[in-house]
Amino acid sequence: MSDTGLVLKDVYRVFPGNVTAVSDVNLEIKNGEYVVFLGPSGCGKTTTLRMIGGHDDPSSGTITIDGELLNGVTPAKRPITTVFQHYALFPHKSVLQNVAFGLKMQGMDKAERETQAKAAIELVGLTAMMDRKPRELSGGQQQRVALGRVLVTRPKAILLDEPLGGLDRLLQLKMRVELRALQRELGITFIHVTHNQEEALSMADRIVVMGDAIVQQVGTPEKLARQPRNEFVATFMGDNNVLKGTIASASGGVIVIDTPYGKVEVEGTGNVGDESSMAIRASAVKVSTDAVPAINGIKVRLDFAEYLGDSVKLHMDLDGKPFMAKVHEERYAEIRAYEGKDITASWTREDGHLLEQ
Amino acid sequence: MSLFTYLIILIIISIPFAAMVFLPMKWSKPVLVASFIIFILFMYGPMMTMGVLSLQGPEGSMTLPAHDLFSGHWYSQLNADSDLMAGVRDGIGKSLWISLIVAGITAILSLTLGMAFRRSFRGSGILFYAILLSLMTPGLLLSLGLSFLLYYATPYLNDVGINYHTGQAPLGFVPIIGVQAVWALPFGFLVMMSIFNRYDARAEEAARDLGASSVRTFREVTLPLVWTGVFGAGLFGFTLALNEFERTFLVSGAINTLPLELFIITSTSVLRPYVYSLGVVTILFSFLLIGLFLIVSAVAGRKKALAIDEDDGGSMNTSAMHAAPSGD
Repeated sequence: MSDTGLVLKDVYRVFPGNVTAVSDVNLEIKNGEYVVFLGPSGCGKTTTLRMIGGHDDPSSGTITIDGELLNGVTPAKRPITTVFQHYALFPHKSVLQNVAFGLKMQGMDKAERETQAKAAIELVGLTAMMDRKPRELSGGQQQRVALGRVLVTRPKAILLDEPLGGLDRLLQLKMRVELRALQRELGITFIHVTHNQEEALSMADRIVVMGDAIVQQVGTPEKLARQPRNEFVATFMGDNNVLKGTIASASGGVIVIDTPYGKVEVEGTGNVGDESSMAIRASAVKVSTDAVPAINGIKVRLDFAEYLGDSVKLHMDLDGKPFMAKVHEERYAEIRAYEGKDITASWTREDGHLLEQ
Repeated sequence: MSLFTYLIILIIISIPFAAMVFLPMKWSKPVLVASFIIFILFMYGPMMTMGVLSLQGPEGSMTLPAHDLFSGHWYSQLNADSDLMAGVRDGIGKSLWISLIVAGITAILSLTLGMAFRRSFRGSGILFYAILLSLMTPGLLLSLGLSFLLYYATPYLNDVGINYHTGQAPLGFVPIIGVQAVWALPFGFLVMMSIFNRYDARAEEAARDLGASSVRTFREVTLPLVWTGVFGAGLFGFTLALNEFERTFLVSGAINTLPLELFIITSTSVLRPYVYSLGVVTILFSFLLIGLFLIVSAVAGRKKALAIDEDDGGSMNTSAMHAAPSGD
């Protein structure tokens, strides 16, 4: 058996009525990797997850794990288990019975499966609640049961469908760290689906951004944050400003784009006269009351300054379109004084990032 | 009744509604409670009269006023050794058996239909209304139709070896169970529809994901989660079959169920208060069943009231990893 991990090759899923949910997905997920599928609802991320788990079948293409073809293999027979959205615990079974279920289905005898289930319950920190029913547990505890229930069967990969969706924010932050620590300890592949950018950035080894049924970009969190591939990713990842225009000049690996708001320059290549767009991260935007520079600067109206604790987010208006900046929280008082007024937003050429069309 | 009487009844009925709409909560509540008590008295009053009249002595009459009250005479008469009572006891026995079988059929069919209707399939709409149709079909027509059908079908049935009595239509147990099950099915079906409506099928998906076959999934997850509904559907089948008269009437052949037996007694012999004691016994039996059902559901749901500990409590114990079983 090879150690090629999970491979999706040319995977399509077309639902009856010719609705394409997933189109041309090609992915290689190494064993032990923490991968997050990120995208807005309806982007195909959950369908992809369901196809990996065996709860849905690809219309075409193949899914393999360590070289073994998974197409047509029932969920029961796959070395992959799922932590379902809202956990899908068995409400009539105790925590211990829930966790031991997978082993029971494997035909393991009672004493042995209870020993193993208890170890898994200890792992997720629920030993004191072993005999409780799921409804007697809080959301976070139910989530731990769901995790224990899949861990005990020692799968090659664990799929998590919006695992933190039902939890309040503080618990989400806590579980992010714990899930990640657990995954590192176990060395099992985790594939996690979410629509929350922050969650994806904080947890993933690699993020797969999906949108409109296709994979828009695959990359490390830093890569996605700094170098979104196209407008979809830049907009979806948030905290990016996108400016569009036509290329006015291109030389020496730098192009100048003529936007309705002024000229901007960005590293890259292109043909003069082509439509082009670029992204600037909100945190790279400098705001001041200085004169607008001839290039890489625009005049915007500050609508509202949002205090975020460690930073201040500026919501600005660029001819009816939103434009964002993030500055250090020390500047809050100063910035608030500009609310409702025109200010100058500028950035350096290195902070601009050319988007694929 | 005169138009005036109808008007009075209409006004009385509309009092609670008027109270709800026009009075503040403080006043509407006692009015509603009073109306409800009157309604209950109206419904159960006759039954209570029956109870009182069943407790008369040997001189008791069929109407109020009651004579030499609080004797068990008419109850002991139920046990008396007469043809009449033998018929009644026989009817009870047959009714119980038939009702149990109908209960079983209703429970199983309601469960399977409920499971089938979780997903829509070709013809599911038509099937849905077809099942509910028996609620709207006049019972006597069903009985009459089936008896005619069986009568004309008899020679063909005899040809394929189905004989009840040679030359007679195959009336009796099978058609009785058939019409009663058709009658009870929509009730059980609707119970299961509502159960599956609230049912979360993701637990089944999780079970399959963890390696359970369809049969195991059904046994380990589906059935334990819906069995109170199945029990309820069966109870509907049982009580509806036990009381069923008009559908059974023309297809019963030589079999007399309890309602048929009572009909024969009331239409052919002099009525005495044992009819009331029989009525009371039947009602008590139904109460017993309902009580049983309530106990079962209470036991099933007893932990629901327990408070949920909202605080998260504890954290994952990654250091316990080494205590976890290693791969083998």
